[in-house]
Amino acid sequence: MTTLKVDGIAKRFGERTVLNNITFTVPGGRLTGFVGGNGAGKTTTMRIILGVLEADAGQVFLDDTRLVGGNRGRFGYMPEERGLYPKMRVLEQLVYLARLHGLSAAAATRNATALVERLGLGERKDEDIEKLSLGNQQRVQIAASLVHDPEVLVLDEPFSGLDPMAVNVVVDVLRERAAQGVPVLFSSHQLDVVERLCDDVVIIAGGEIRAAGPREELRSRFAGERIAITLAGDAGWLRSEPGVTVVEFEGDHALVELDGITPDALLRTALDRGGVVAFTPHRPHLAEIFQEVVR
Amino acid sequence: MSTAVTKPSTLQQLSLIAEREIRARLRSKTFLVSTGIIVAIVLAVIVLPALFADSSQTKVAAFGPSATAALERNPGLEQVTASSAAEAEALVRSKDVSAAVIDDAAVPAGFKLVTLSEIDSNLTLSLSVQPEVVVLEPVLDNYWLAYIVAIGFGAIFMASAMTFGGSIATSVVEEKQTRIVEILLTTVSARTLLFGKVVGNTLLAFGQIAIVGAAAGIALSLTNQGELLAAVGAPILWFVLFFTLGFVLLASMFAALAALVSRAEDVQSAIAPVTYLLMVPYVMVIIAFNKPDILSIMSYVPFSAPVGMPMRLFLGQADLWEPLLSLAILIVSAIVIVSIGAKIYENSLLKTGGRVKLTEALRNA
Repeated sequence: MTTLKVDGIAKRFGERTVLNNITFTVPGGRLTGFVGGNGAGKTTTMRIILGVLEADAGQVFLDDTRLVGGNRGRFGYMPEERGLYPKMRVLEQLVYLARLHGLSAAAATRNATALVERLGLGERKDEDIEKLSLGNQQRVQIAASLVHDPEVLVLDEPFSGLDPMAVNVVVDVLRERAAQGVPVLFSSHQLDVVERLCDDVVIIAGGEIRAAGPREELRSRFAGERIAITLAGDAGWLRSEPGVTVVEFEGDHALVELDGITPDALLRTALDRGGVVAFTPHRPHLAEIFQEVVR
Repeated sequence: MSTAVTKPSTLQQLSLIAEREIRARLRSKTFLVSTGIIVAIVLAVIVLPALFADSSQTKVAAFGPSATAALERNPGLEQVTASSAAEAEALVRSKDVSAAVIDDAAVPAGFKLVTLSEIDSNLTLSLSVQPEVVVLEPVLDNYWLAYIVAIGFGAIFMASAMTFGGSIATSVVEEKQTRIVEILLTTVSARTLLFGKVVGNTLLAFGQIAIVGAAAGIALSLTNQGELLAAVGAPILWFVLFFTLGFVLLASMFAALAALVSRAEDVQSAIAPVTYLLMVPYVMVIIAFNKPDILSIMSYVPFSAPVGMPMRLFLGQADLWEPLLSLAILIVSAIVIVSIGAKIYENSLLKTGGRVKLTEALRNA
């Protein structure tokens, strides 16, 4: 199983530092989501991983091999700005890219045909790219990053512009690749998608890694003292309860933080007040963790 | 995965890239249309004059030894021998012949010219005894033919070089603009990508020029202009050779300049310097085709050699070693310019946004 390691990457554009000591690991066999706001440094990091951009400091390793120069032939890459030949046919284009990566004509055709079918483009395979809808162009772009059976996948916003059905198909394909031991790194600003799909998360903000690790571990780590409560009746009284801070409130539901009062005590009070439907420690969603770490 | 993947060789990648360029160009119809137009123009220039040329010779009746001798000096005239002066006159009246030449010892020339109703001054002139003409500073024997050949070489050079130079420039910017270059560069080096493009477009340009050259040759032989074919044939072959090598040099300049910009809208202004450069040989050969000094300079300067050297060969002004020397100069300068072009291309390919400065592109990366 291959592991992609980014070690201490730094990059400046003129006076502006865009990346500072970026270090994280993308283990083989898992999907790693790379999240961050606009301008956080996701694309710059990915371009440096691909060798399309040169870092001012730091290294990229594939297992123990340091990547230098143009030896990214076994990478599958989907750039942020979508790029394919507009006037070339879908299948022809995929076969061309696969052959440039060293596949034989037969293997290239086999892979391209299989991917085109898998991604639901079978009927469009002989059309020029520019005649396809944006969503379909996006699928071809994903196929282009996979067609040469890459050993590492780096995808910049692979799900943007895809409908939910297509997202599911693509996720299945990526999971299959991961299951074969390929490290898969994909960026997204759709935090709900990342939360649903990825095994590991890397959060970047202001050119620095703010959090990284397995998704569930992060959720536990950021769980804190919050409790989600759903009551049988209106939950408005919680607001005036001493030692309780209401973070979210909606009718019979509230998300609270406790200070100087135990969960037991609050639960007892709630039961006395007229019944409890749910009382659970709150594990934050990725969006919440994100809010917290980028602050 | 089960698929066997071997690291592709540079040569394999180069031929894949060249093949893609050729396919893309053939599909876009620019190649087919521009080849069709150039072939049509060349054919028109060769065939039409031959069709309209009056091939029937003027028939002139002759009576008497002086008359016969005078007509024999004029191969353009068809002689109809008459058995008497009266018969010769009768042939004129019946319009079987345009005129008659009849011996007349009373006049200085020894014969008289008889026409029906008008004085034929052309005929009069051709039968007149003319003084020996000595031209101290001759222009060309065949001024108009040389002029047409000059325009032909110049125009075909410019049209083909611009067509394929333009298409290589467009292809470079297309890859930059769509960012497919980022995907390509993960597996192909910038140099391989550039050379693949240059090879592909050079083959196309060669194909076009060869087709035009062949069409000109066939048209000349079909219209019985064998003499002209013999004069133009070898220069045309030299032209194809010079053009093909010269295009390698031009193509890498087009590619390098195009790589400085990132948007299709900026291509024209980026490649303008080479475009202007291409017009120079065209204009020069038309102005200077009858000025051997300027022409011989042109025939050694790499940019204008593809036009200048074939022109000199056509005019018989160059020895055989001259095109070989000029070819060697062209090859050496092509190697130099291609390597400078490759450096610019390599350094600019991933710089998107504004126009990359040439000085920046030439700096060591």
